[in-house]
Amino acid sequence: MFVEIRLHGRGGQGIVTAAEMVIEAVTLQDYYGQSIPIFGAERRGAPVTSSARVSDRPIRRHSQIYNPDIVAIFDPLFVYRQEVMAGLKEGGSIIVNHKQRPDIQKFKLFVVDATRIAMENGLVVAGWAVVNTAMLGAISKILGIVSKESLEKVVRKRWGGDLGERNIRATLQAFEEVS
Amino acid sequence: MILTGNHAVSYGVKAARAEVVAAYPITPQTQIIEKLAELIAKGEMNARYIRVESEHSAMTACISAEACGARAFTATSSHGLAYMSEMVFWAGLGRFPVTMAVVTRTLAPPWSIWNEHTDILAQRDSGWIMMMCESAQEAYDTAIQAFRIAEDERVLQPVMYGLDSFSLSHTAENVDLLDQGVVDGYLPRLDPSKLPVYIDPDRPITFGNLLGPDRMMEFRHLIKEAFDRAERVIDEAAAEYSKIAGRPQTGLFENYRCSDAEVVAVATGASSGDVKDAVDGLRDKGVKAGMIRLKTIRPFPGEEIKEAIGGVKVVATIDRDYSFGFGGILGRELSAYLSGDVFRYIAGLGGRDLTIEDFEGIINGALQRAEEGKGDAEEVWWGLKEVE
Repeated sequence: MFVEIRLHGRGGQGIVTAAEMVIEAVTLQDYYGQSIPIFGAERRGAPVTSSARVSDRPIRRHSQIYNPDIVAIFDPLFVYRQEVMAGLKEGGSIIVNHKQRPDIQKFKLFVVDATRIAMENGLVVAGWAVVNTAMLGAISKILGIVSKESLEKVVRKRWGGDLGERNIRATLQAFEEVS
Repeated sequence: MILTGNHAVSYGVKAARAEVVAAYPITPQTQIIEKLAELIAKGEMNARYIRVESEHSAMTACISAEACGARAFTATSSHGLAYMSEMVFWAGLGRFPVTMAVVTRTLAPPWSIWNEHTDILAQRDSGWIMMMCESAQEAYDTAIQAFRIAEDERVLQPVMYGLDSFSLSHTAENVDLLDQGVVDGYLPRLDPSKLPVYIDPDRPITFGNLLGPDRMMEFRHLIKEAFDRAERVIDEAAAEYSKIAGRPQTGLFENYRCSDAEVVAVATGASSGDVKDAVDGLRDKGVKAGMIRLKTIRPFPGEEIKEAIGGVKVVATIDRDYSFGFGGILGRELSAYLSGDVFRYIAGLGGRDLTIEDFEGIINGALQRAEEGKGDAEEVWWGLKEVE
């Protein structure tokens, strides 16, 4: 297994944290992971990307990812932006945070309303729904190798107490709801 | 554990029980010293963190700490390293066994924070042992081995090791950490009595006198002899570490599938894994390719590499650095040891990404140039765009 994932979001939405949590979770399943943040300056609110590799063998390469197998879109407004599909492999998957089912024919489409899930669990900072844990749940489900127990462990390691529990609920809810 | 290359260094320095950390922040190195400051503040690491106003002072503080018998570490990058340079030479020529992580970054102008190896290589004549790391795991392992090599009585020279900016410094990957007891067994406490310069209040002596021309060459020759012995010490440090860690380690250089190779690529740093993946891909297509990964750049293992690949028909060197008026530094240096054609490639300057396809292209290109009977006089700037 060798899967490359690219995450699209806005600076401050936690896409780097989400990518790191994805690979922490696959590591708990005895896979190897690599999280590659954007190489440069980040700006809050601007479109940014981050990426990750998941493999059943040690990952040696350090180049950036140009032809991902999976694209995860954290902001519903980015769905029809050209760059989010750029290089996506034929037969690749798109996981999108969206209320509806956008019209995408070319690729396998998976939808999760991560914004609603975040709001329901009180994950709002400065008026922004914090969707990274919900997206972690959705991506993990589509990867198909991560257990709910591993997700709980990874999220609990980052956030303790009530905040940790609310993040775990969001993660698992998205894991169940993504379709 | 999942760690960025930067944090892998921090945890390696903690495991090595560094006693003094003096550093000044600079992108993309800052995470290393932030994590160390955090570990020290939380009491998880027993060391003194000295805040300084510049890299020049950071290295001065490290030299002073070593002179008092304390294990010292710093980290920097690019302009910070250039600014520190005077004291980098002082540490090397004064034989203070400091260790330093250098996150390799392009020197300006034009302004850049992205990857290039010219910054670290510009310090190559400073009397430091120099290494380059391939992965976050190797960054952790090297942070520990560096102190052992530096403090070995046969060496007693400082050690710096490079991490590629962003592609290694900020990429998070699997890292296995060693138990503290295991590291303690591998790396005993620094014995100040064996240091060339040790300031002992009970035994006052003066340092730093003017030395006339009648004695300077002899001082330089002592360092030359230390570097001659260092090759063996580096290999021993790697061999013993591989035993305690249960993972193979690279001392001077790594020989990847070269034994029957017809074409060998030579590279260093975080792109080395991409080169290996390219070598595997070419082998699947019937091209007998191999790779030499330079782990240690000073002392330069030219004779050993010559022994390993002296019979190989085509060698392609890949430099992510440049010495104007001379060429790619590592390619030029290796050419001095090899008798056959060495095809020199300059690639990835200023952080331009290099992929497996690039390395396949370079290896195939060198093969083709050799078949066409083209000599190795011309270096190739890989992927150079037309300037309007």
